[in-house]
Order: sequence, then C-alpha cells, then structure tokens
Amino acid sequence: MIQEIVPYAYLVAAVLLILGMRYLGSPKTAPRGNQIAAIGMAVAVVATLLMKEVVSFTVIVAGVVVGSAIGALLATRIQMTAMPQMVALLNGFGGGASALVATAELLNYARDGAEPTGIVPLAIVLGVLIGAVTFTGSLVAFGKLQELITGAAVVYPGQQIVNGLLAALTIGLGAMVVMDPLVLGPYWGLVGLGLLLGVLLVIPIGGADMPVVISLLNSYSGLAACATGFVLGNAGLVISGSLVGASGIILTKIMCDAMNRSLANVLFGAFGAAPEAAASGGGGGEQRTAKGYTPEDAAVIFSNARSCIIVPGYGMAVAQAQHAVRELSDELGKHGISVKFAIHPVAGRMPGHMNVLLAEADVPYEDLVEMELINSAFPETDVALVIGANDVVNPDARTDKGSPIYGMPILDVDRSQHVFVIKRSMNPGFAGVQNPLFFNDNTMMIFGDAKGTVLKLVEAIRELA
Amino acid sequence: MLENPAAALTIFVLAIFVGFEVISKVPPLLHTPLMSGSNAISGITIVGALLAAGSEHQTLSTWLGFIAIVFATINVVGGFLVTDRMLGMFKKRPGA
Repeated sequence: MIQEIVPYAYLVAAVLLILGMRYLGSPKTAPRGNQIAAIGMAVAVVATLLMKEVVSFTVIVAGVVVGSAIGALLATRIQMTAMPQMVALLNGFGGGASALVATAELLNYARDGAEPTGIVPLAIVLGVLIGAVTFTGSLVAFGKLQELITGAAVVYPGQQIVNGLLAALTIGLGAMVVMDPLVLGPYWGLVGLGLLLGVLLVIPIGGADMPVVISLLNSYSGLAACATGFVLGNAGLVISGSLVGASGIILTKIMCDAMNRSLANVLFGAFGAAPEAAASGGGGGEQRTAKGYTPEDAAVIFSNARSCIIVPGYGMAVAQAQHAVRELSDELGKHGISVKFAIHPVAGRMPGHMNVLLAEADVPYEDLVEMELINSAFPETDVALVIGANDVVNPDARTDKGSPIYGMPILDVDRSQHVFVIKRSMNPGFAGVQNPLFFNDNTMMIFGDAKGTVLKLVEAIRELA
Repeated sequence: MLENPAAALTIFVLAIFVGFEVISKVPPLLHTPLMSGSNAISGITIVGALLAAGSEHQTLSTWLGFIAIVFATINVVGGFLVTDRMLGMFKKRPGA
C-alpha cells in the first residue's frame, strides 16, 4: 500500500518545489516560497525512506546528521559578503552528490551483472560527468572567491588545445561506457577526466566573471540531479533538477547580456588575464589627470542637492561598507535629499549580490532599483555617488567602439548634475580599461577606502548642517 | 517508475519550460536568494543518495551513498537555511 503512494508523494514534492520557486518572485511572498520548497524536499525524502529498497537506516541517519550539522553551521555563520563563496560551495556539494549516486548505481548494476538498459547508461555518463565537473569547478570558484587561489584568469599557451583534446577524450570514454557499461575501466577514466575538466574550465575565468560561472555551475548542479533522475527512473528528481537547470541558464543569460558578452567569450575569452591589456585600451594615449577632492568638498555639493542615486559595486562589498552607506543614506534623508540605489546586474560577484548586502544593512528594498528602471532618472538627479564600481559606469561602453566593454549596458551616472566617485586609486577596473567618467568636468574623485570615506562624508554632511 | 524513455524525456522537456516560465518572473532584486534556494532544490539528488546508502547492496555503494548523503544534506539544509536568513533581511520601508 505504502509502496504505491510513493510515486504520488514525489508528484506532491515536485508541485511544492515549483510553487515554492514561484513564490520567490516577490519579496513579500519569498520567505513562504522558500518554506514551501523545503517542505517539498522533506516530502521527497520521507517518500524515499518508505520505499522497500531502503532497508538499513544507520548509514542514512549518520549521513543526514553530519550533513545537516555542516549545512546549518555554514548557513548561520556565513557573512553576506561571502554569499558567492557559499553558493559556489553548495553547488559543488550538489554536483558531487549526483556524481556519487550515478557511480553507486553503476556499481550495483555491475555487481549484479545486470546490464543497464535504455536511457540509463547515457544518464549515468551524463550524471557523473556533469556532477564531477560541477564539483571541482565549484571548488575552484570557491577558492577564487575566498582568495585562496588567485582570482585572476589563469592562462597558458595551448590551453584551448589541451581542453579540446581532453573534451574529445571524455566523449570517447563516455561512448565506451554507454556501449559497454559493465566494463568499469573507462568509467573510472571518465570520473577522473570530469574532475580534471572542472578545474581546467574554471581557472581561466577571472574573478569579476564569477557571476556567470556561479550561475552556470548552479545550472549544472540541477542538470546533474536531473541525470540521476533518469538513472533511477524517478520523475521527482527529473522535474526538480530541470527546474534548477532552467533557473541557472536564465541567470547565466542575464549575466552575459549585462556584460554584452557571449557565454563562449566568458568561458574561453580569459578576460582580465593580462594586465598589459590596460595600456592598449581606448583613451590611453592622452594624458589626463583626474582631480581628487575631499569628503568635505562633496558635503558642500550635497547641501544644495535634492536627489541622490548611489551606485554600489564590488568595492563596497570588499570594504564591508554597506552599513556605512546605509548611514549615509539616512543622513541624506534627514536633509530632505531623496536617495535611491542603482543596481547593475553584474555588480558584485553573483547575481543580486548588492541587493542582499544592502538589505542586510536595512536599506528598504523599494529603494533598490534595477538598471532599466533607474537609468532614465539620472538626468534629473543632482548627485550620483559611485562607491567601488567602475566598469558598470564607464561611458565608453556607450560611445567608444574600440573599447573592450563597448555595448555593455551601463548605469548612466555621467548624465546626472554631479558625479562623486569613491575609489581606492586610479587603477583601471576588471576589464583593464581606463574610465573617462573620472575625467569629466562634473566628476569629483574622492580617493580612499569605501567604508572610511563614506563615514567621513557622513561626518562632513552632519557638520555642515 | 519511468521505464519508458520517451515519457521521461517528455517530463524533462516540460519541466524545463515550467522552470523558464516560473524563474523568469523573479526580479533581479531576489536573484541571490533565488540562486541559493534553487541550489537547495538541486540537493533533491539526496533521494538517490538515500537509495544508494540504504539498500544494502554492497559495501562500496553504501559508502558512496553515505558521502552522497552528507554532500546532498549540506546542500539542502545549508541552501534552505541561508535563503531563509537572507530573505528575512529584505524589508519594506517602515510605515510605507
């Protein structure tokens, strides 16, 4: 009896997961959506435990206890600035789990001497391959984001050829496994290659391209789960896995569009690898100097302003300046200045990163405005305050056809009355191109650490009032 | 459950479409929680891990299943909890 309701339980789980994702569409319903999805997951787990194949629970309980403890510890301790690392790590664990499941299934077939049929051998190959690539790829992404390894793109001569040969070898081994799944030699080769490819595919991708990589690995972790669904013939897994796969693909596309680059260019273009690219960038020939101002100078301008748009970038996250920025926004509010935040899709190291940081600092979410909606407001804005952002406000992207970032959608800060840029130095941004915004007549550069400078600015505005 | 590959593929393709429809409605504001939440959902592979570890097939697959359970549980528990923590931070303007 109980056995017969299990497939229906998976259906219920899948519906709850889909509904949960749907409720994630609005900040009001999102917490409930997450809870609904969690309940869906619990239904799937309980249904599985009721299956007649599951006869021993000791190992299961041990695994769940260990995993829950680590997961809960990570989730409660992680700082919001480190969210990209956290998600990278979780992607990796998801992919790794799928690879292990596919392997265990194949070993069971081999032991029983039962040849897997139909779509199962192909699903095993895809499951272990995508899972292994996701596992090591995510660990490398984690290492880059955590700065355990260099965040710069790692390139070497012949890299594409090496990767191409390895990919061909992978396809060859994969075909061998599909044709003769019970000969395990090629399978172990495939596991090793998958793990190696994960590393090799992520090391040539620079730190600021991480939003794309994380989105893509997110998609992979879903597709790996989907493949194990085909291996086990479990519709619940197929549905949930493809849901995540679709989500990751959409985010990947949004991130690529926001940089006006193709996915291929992000993955193989080794953007941000060679520092000498900076010199060849547009506008490098003429000698112009940006003028540095003090927070006090900026405060004087603010005393006559009515409106301000703050543009946060990765620099704000690095300096942990979100709380100082919130203080500034409160102070400006006290002086009758309206404050909005303009969020570029690729600001930060993962999709939506800036929104989470500012929400953590108690900035109401109505004030966090996406690029398309706020760009028309810059011409009527007195002050645009850029904090730790560079390429996403580079006007060359609109006008200079020779610029590497030409065509990338940007925040039109240069169209506002005054532009303040808080920046540590004149170093070019990630794309290695100089930013003409810094030399505009209406731009004031305020050099310094984001947090300290913003706090000084708050102080200066207070004193003037 | 899904002996027929055509049925399995049908479910897969339809689910992808549902995924695109549902996810494309999520605003950029919530993209990080979307990612960590969907991340937790990819831990659904825990179903396969439970089967591998609990079926007493052979020692090696039990152990692989054990590691898979640990990984998948970190994914599921960590993903849902951190999403919940994050979503709790998104607040409306007081009194608005």
